Amino acid sequence: MITIDHISKWYGKFQVLADCSTGIERGEVVVVCGPSGSGKSTLIKCVNGLEPVQEGAIRVNDVAVTDAGTNMARLRSQIGMVFQHFELYPHMSVLNNICLAQEKVLNRSREEARAKARSLLQRIDLSDQADKYPGQLSGGQQQRVAIARALAMDPIAMLFDEPTSALDPEMINEVLDVMVELATEGMTMMVVTHEMGFARKVADRVIFMDEGRIVEDAPTEEFFNTPRSDRAQAFLAKILQH
Amino acid sequence: MFGEFDTQIVVKSLPFLWQGLQLSLLLTGLGILGGVAAGTLLALMRLSSFKVFSLFSATYVNLIRSVPLILVIFWFYFLVPLAIGRPVGSFYSALIAFIIFEAAYYSEIIRAGIQSVARGQVWAGQATGLGYWQIQRYIVLPQAFRNMVPILLTQAIILFQDTSLVFVVSLRDFMTASAIVAQKEGRLVEMYTFAAAVYFVICFAGSMLVKRLSKEIAR
Ligand SMILES: Nc1ncnc2c1ncn2[C@@H]1O[C@H](COP(=O)(O)OP(=O)(O)OP(=O)(O)O)[C@@H](O)[C@H]1O
Ligand SMILES: [Mg+2]
Repeated sequence: MITIDHISKWYGKFQVLADCSTGIERGEVVVVCGPSGSGKSTLIKCVNGLEPVQEGAIRVNDVAVTDAGTNMARLRSQIGMVFQHFELYPHMSVLNNICLAQEKVLNRSREEARAKARSLLQRIDLSDQADKYPGQLSGGQQQRVAIARALAMDPIAMLFDEPTSALDPEMINEVLDVMVELATEGMTMMVVTHEMGFARKVADRVIFMDEGRIVEDAPTEEFFNTPRSDRAQAFLAKILQH
Repeated sequence: MFGEFDTQIVVKSLPFLWQGLQLSLLLTGLGILGGVAAGTLLALMRLSSFKVFSLFSATYVNLIRSVPLILVIFWFYFLVPLAIGRPVGSFYSALIAFIIFEAAYYSEIIRAGIQSVARGQVWAGQATGLGYWQIQRYIVLPQAFRNMVPILLTQAIILFQDTSLVFVVSLRDFMTASAIVAQKEGRLVEMYTFAAAVYFVICFAGSMLVKRLSKEIAR
């Protein structure tokens, strides 16, 4: 469903992504991990065209993200994205956060959008928070709302960029639970995270990045049991200590 | 002249002064509206990735900010009629001059306001498929303006004081009206004291409001 084909990207002279290739099948859950600055966020932002690439091609459902003629708004509306810092709109109520793009991009009526938002809020157990503002919610609640906002667009795939790394430890699980549920329902997911418990539980594959390269791209069990590269081994040793 | 302080003269000329004050307030209000609208456009152009737009905006702002307001007023009153072949009229030439002048200042304020909105907010909007104008209108500008209200208001207070310059195109704003009465009746002390008091009350109330709003926003 998502094909990443030999992409390279530079910020000025600095190469962030170097010849990265991988693919994600429909219904597959892929976890991306690697040290800070290795290009994970950049890679995931390239998938929905938030960042342009200088070389290579990305296709989502056979639509080329990297083509100039592609209707990016349409493509992006089909791919949900969840950010490390939630990025809810602070000046809008929770309900309006979930309704905005439904109404403005999908042209759903106000009633339709609200109904969808309410059913999603119910699903993430936040029905009673619909009229609050993001600033009045805990981090975990905000991130769940952000997931609901993305799901409201009925995406064909979801991208997550370290969705739990800005959260207090006691809130991580409430967000991971929602993600696990999504994964088991068959959502196609690309998740940048260092939550190895989550990876073991639901990931089909793990991609390990270092210095802009995809160093390892293996089925989950294989990645954890027999990581091939030294760097992945060192990374795993460090992260699993905690 | 320094004899009795004649409050009667102030009371007597209140209707005349009120007309002047209305003109001052009207010019301030319309100047803000037009200035903020044009300033927003200039700010968006300045931040645009299209070089032509950002260059135009930067040139405009630097040009306007390096001339005194009174020159812009003259320019519209005397020179533009020469160019278009008919007079613009005192009121409109003054108003256009204010808008053109204020837009340059507002655009810098608004640009800073837009830049104060987290980059991730734009990403979040883009990621759901919203277009450039939708993102500006529903996500960025509301947050930017919320942060900017106090400083925009401060600029409005300055504009209110600057409306006194319109006497050069023979418009009767509050200051001019006070001066006319003062000269005609030979009551300089009374009239200029009263004028100062009115400016003080309005501007002081304005800056108290700025203080309160700043606190509110900082919460
Ligand atoms: N807009 C930018 N301009 C210049 N360099 C950038 C920009 N964005 C990211 N970089 C650099 O690109 C590299 C990769 O960044 P990226 O955010 O993709 O890393 P990451 O793997 O997500 O790291 P982290 O775990 O810290 O989130 C980093 O060295 C970063 O400093
Ligand atoms: Mg990152």
